[in-house]
Order: sequence, then structure tokens, then C-alpha cells
Amino acid sequence: MRADLDIIQEWIPAGSRVLDLGCGNGELLAWLSEHKGVSGYGLEIDPDNIAQCLRKGVNVLEQNLDQGLGNFASASFDVVVMTQSLQALHYPDKVLAEMLRIGKTCIITFPNFAHWRCRWYLCSKGRMPVSDFLPYTWYNTPNIHFCTFADFERLCHAQNAKVMNHLAVDREHRHGWASRIWPNLLGEIGIYRISGPSAVEA
Amino acid sequence: MPTAFPPDSVGLVTPQVMHFAEPLALACGRSLADYQLIFETYGQLNAAASNAVLICHALSGHHHAAGYHSLDERKPGWWDSCIGPGKPIDTNKFFVVSLNNLGGCNGSTGPSSLNPATGKPFGADFPVMTVEDWVHSQARLADNLGIGQWAAVIGGSLGGMQALQWTISYPERVRHCLAIASAPKLSAQNIAFNEVARQAILTDPEFHGGHFQEQGVIPKRGLMLARMVGHITYLSDDAMGEKFGRGLKSEKLNYDFHSVEFQVESYLRYQGEEFSGRFDANTYLLMTKALDYFDPAAKHDGDLAKTLAHVTADFCLMSFTTDWRFSPARSREIVDALTAARKNVCYLEIDAPQGHDAFLMPIPRYVQAFDSYMKRIEV
Repeated sequence: MRADLDIIQEWIPAGSRVLDLGCGNGELLAWLSEHKGVSGYGLEIDPDNIAQCLRKGVNVLEQNLDQGLGNFASASFDVVVMTQSLQALHYPDKVLAEMLRIGKTCIITFPNFAHWRCRWYLCSKGRMPVSDFLPYTWYNTPNIHFCTFADFERLCHAQNAKVMNHLAVDREHRHGWASRIWPNLLGEIGIYRISGPSAVEA
Repeated sequence: MPTAFPPDSVGLVTPQVMHFAEPLALACGRSLADYQLIFETYGQLNAAASNAVLICHALSGHHHAAGYHSLDERKPGWWDSCIGPGKPIDTNKFFVVSLNNLGGCNGSTGPSSLNPATGKPFGADFPVMTVEDWVHSQARLADNLGIGQWAAVIGGSLGGMQALQWTISYPERVRHCLAIASAPKLSAQNIAFNEVARQAILTDPEFHGGHFQEQGVIPKRGLMLARMVGHITYLSDDAMGEKFGRGLKSEKLNYDFHSVEFQVESYLRYQGEEFSGRFDANTYLLMTKALDYFDPAAKHDGDLAKTLAHVTADFCLMSFTTDWRFSPARSREIVDALTAARKNVCYLEIDAPQGHDAFLMPIPRYVQAFDSYMKRIEV
């Protein structure tokens, strides 16, 4: 399983109900269903990913996150997961608010734009960072709302969300000493577990 | 004339007829004392009878869903694109049952059948059928075929409504429900179109209060109009534009009212003409009423999630982006109710220009998704 998913699964209790926003090929849900008796749904819009979900037996629903999540009732899922999609949303703040409404806890991963490589690229070249990890140029990137760990934590604060767990990892999803000392500079990917103002702590 | 059928065809098929002597109580309060159902089967029922699939047809459909009735039959059954060896509803794996519903005009007892009480055709005296009535009659067919539980019940449009109703009426008898381009109930606009179609038939002077058969006539003009208006709702604006545009039959405009000038007029007239020659007007009325009345949530204060609370089947729903008769939003109503009721469900919104009719067409993404879902059904 993808390394970030392996970290995430530890934060998902056995038998819980999970909504996976942007579930990709359904890897996480299929694994959780098989190993932890987790049930739930994955939302996805990419036809190839949806086809793979169908083959895996994952409950995949073709739904665009940017068109809202109003069809899911409040507190109807134990965990709402969104990996590597936050920065590609048109309305990340609204989706975050919706996640906090629907899920008792939420797990979100996203790339940190304040990582030293991004800073160095911007500083030295004066151009938007392009790397193997974030290979797009500014005009054709699906990642339209980059943020930093500090930015994300501010948004959580503004939405009265509580950060329950937080890991900063590198692109191989290792969380070594460096990203622990200075996450916003040395962490490449953030993995956050948060809960909304109304949620009872798990 | 072809000498062989395509390798992915179920080939030559022969319809079967089953008689039912036990009265069937209907939603309208009446009952059918005696009736017959015509159906076809494709593939082999396995020893455990665990591989049976029921196909439910839409408004003008019938039992002939796949294969050919003879070597010189011009076109195969209406869902041949999806039923056959190696196709989504794989006849190497599944035993497929496809029937003509009660009230139909293709061999099952319906308004054009003889009423044993009078010795004359039922005509307008045939009871109005509901989707629930059909499901009960289909359950009896399953009983007689030795099928205790369907691996899947599958249908598009009105057929999808029957598939949904199956999971509600007989939760223990359906493992998977595939409802394609369907809706949990008709909208006011849907009912309005049906009413225009009915009025076209009812006001045709040849209708004779539904007893036209005794007069030796058919309300051809009414049926034709009904089909024409229906057909408009099956196609998208884009599909019509693509197919006909503003193309003309002749070089110039005639400045009159009786000429067939635009290509689209000619097409609709042809469709109406062809349909009125093969379909029964009373059956058309009956089918539109079954559509209008379908509203399983009505018994639960309009709460579809509550209606589906005891359902045990897994669901696969698909809709098509340009379908405005049963738009994707209508399928999503079912999906939302299923997720609220915590049922297993997959939902796909297929990007297709063909409108409602897309469910009958071999659209690659649709056929592949259909195939993927059917492959995961264990038999």
C-alpha cells in the first residue's frame, strides 16, 4: 500500500465508517475493508480510477468534491479521509468545513509549499517550483491552492477545528528527526488528523 | 441473408410461455384470475440456481433482449450490446431471464389478449398495472423456474424502477441491483409528457374508449403522436442537433403546413409510424401509468432512505450526462438514499451525448463499467 495510506490506516479504528474523498484506485478502502472491517464510500471523478474501484469491489461514487458534499448527513461517518486532493480543490475551505461537518474525525494529507526545496526554488530562480514530486508548471497544474503547514493550521483554527495528530513526512513518507524538529521547513507532506468543534473526541 | 450469428451473440433464441392459474392480486384492487408470461432465457442455470439474472424492460420493451429469433431477423434483441458470451451480462456465467411484462403487447397477457370472461379482447378493461404488480408476477415466474434468489436484477429506465422495487419487495431474493438511467419516481415534467402522450391516444377518434380492436381499427394517429413526443424526450438536444441539425428533406422551403420539410420531422414521423404498427395503444397507456404511479417512498412519508432501510442487495447505478428524461440528479436521489441507509452502492455518471437512449448503446466506458461490476458478482 502507498506509504501515506499505511500511516493513515493506523488512525482509522476497526469497524468504522469511512468516506474517502478522492479515493483514487480504491486502495485504502479495499485494504481497510479487508483488514479492519471498515465500510464506507469513495468519491472519485477519474474514469480509470473508478473502473479500478469497481473491480476491487469498492463502493465508489462518481462525485466532484468541488460541487459540494451536501448529500451526506452531518456526523454520518466516523472518519472522512482526503489524501493529496486539498491543493487541487476550487474551494478547499468549504470542503474542509464540510468534512468537519460529516465526519467525527478527518484525516487530510497535502504537500507543504513551505518545504525548503520549494523555498529554495522560488528564492534562487524566482519562478514557481517544479520538481519530480510536483512536476507541473503553474499554468497547467491541477494543484491550484497550495498551502503550507502553517496556512493549513490557521484554516483549521479559523474553522474551530482541533488538530488531534500531525505528522510531517518526506516524499517517501518517512518521518525522521528533521521533519520533527522543523516541520514547516523540512516536512514535504503533512498528514493531519483533525476534528470539528461539535465532534466528540474519539 | 447471414448464415451465422456473431460469436458474441447468444444466437438463435426461442421464446417460452408460462401459464399462471393462481389469481394475482393487483394494487388497483382487482386481480388477474389467469394469465401468461412470455420470456426468453440465455445461458444455463447452474445446479445451485445461484447465477440467475433478471432483465426488466422499459416502456416499449419486451422479452426479446438478446440474440435472434431467426437467421433472417434484421436486428438482434434490444439489449444485445450488453447480453451475450463475453459481454457485461455474460451468458457463459449467468442464466439470464427476460420477460414481457403483464399488460404488454408482445405475448404476455395484456389489453390486446382475449378476456376469458367475455371472449373479447380486454381493451380498456385490462387492469392498470403498477411496478409492484410486475415484480410480484416476476417473482412467480422465478418460483416456477426454480430461482429462489437472483444474482442480479437489472434494468434501464422503467426497468431500473422494477429492479429497485425488487430489492424493496423481496429483499432476500436479490443480491445485486443494477438500475441504469432510472429514477425513484417521476417528476411533474415526466408526468406531463406522459399525459400529452395519453391525451394523443385517448382523443384519437379511432380509440373507441379503448375497445378499438372490436371495431377492427387502431388509434394510429394518437399512438404515433405519443411515440413522437416520447422520442423527443429520449434524445438530447445535442444528439438531435448532431443527427439532423436544421437539415431539410428538399432543396427549398414550401411555405405550407403539410409538407415534411425538416429531417427531424421526417425522422419523428417515421419513428411514430413504425411504432404505431407494432405497439398496442392500451399497453402504452398502461405503461405510462405504471411510470407515473411508481413512488416506493410514498409509503414512508416520502423518505426513500427509510424505504430502503431493510434492503440487503448491493447496488450499481449509472446515469448519462445528457439524459434529461431521467437526469443524473434523479439517479443521485437513489444513491443518496442508499448511502444514508448505509447500503453498498456504486454510482457512475457516464459522459455521453445520446440522452436517455444512451443506456441501450455500446458506449465504451458504460459497457466497461457494467462489465467490471458484473464480474464481481459471485455465483
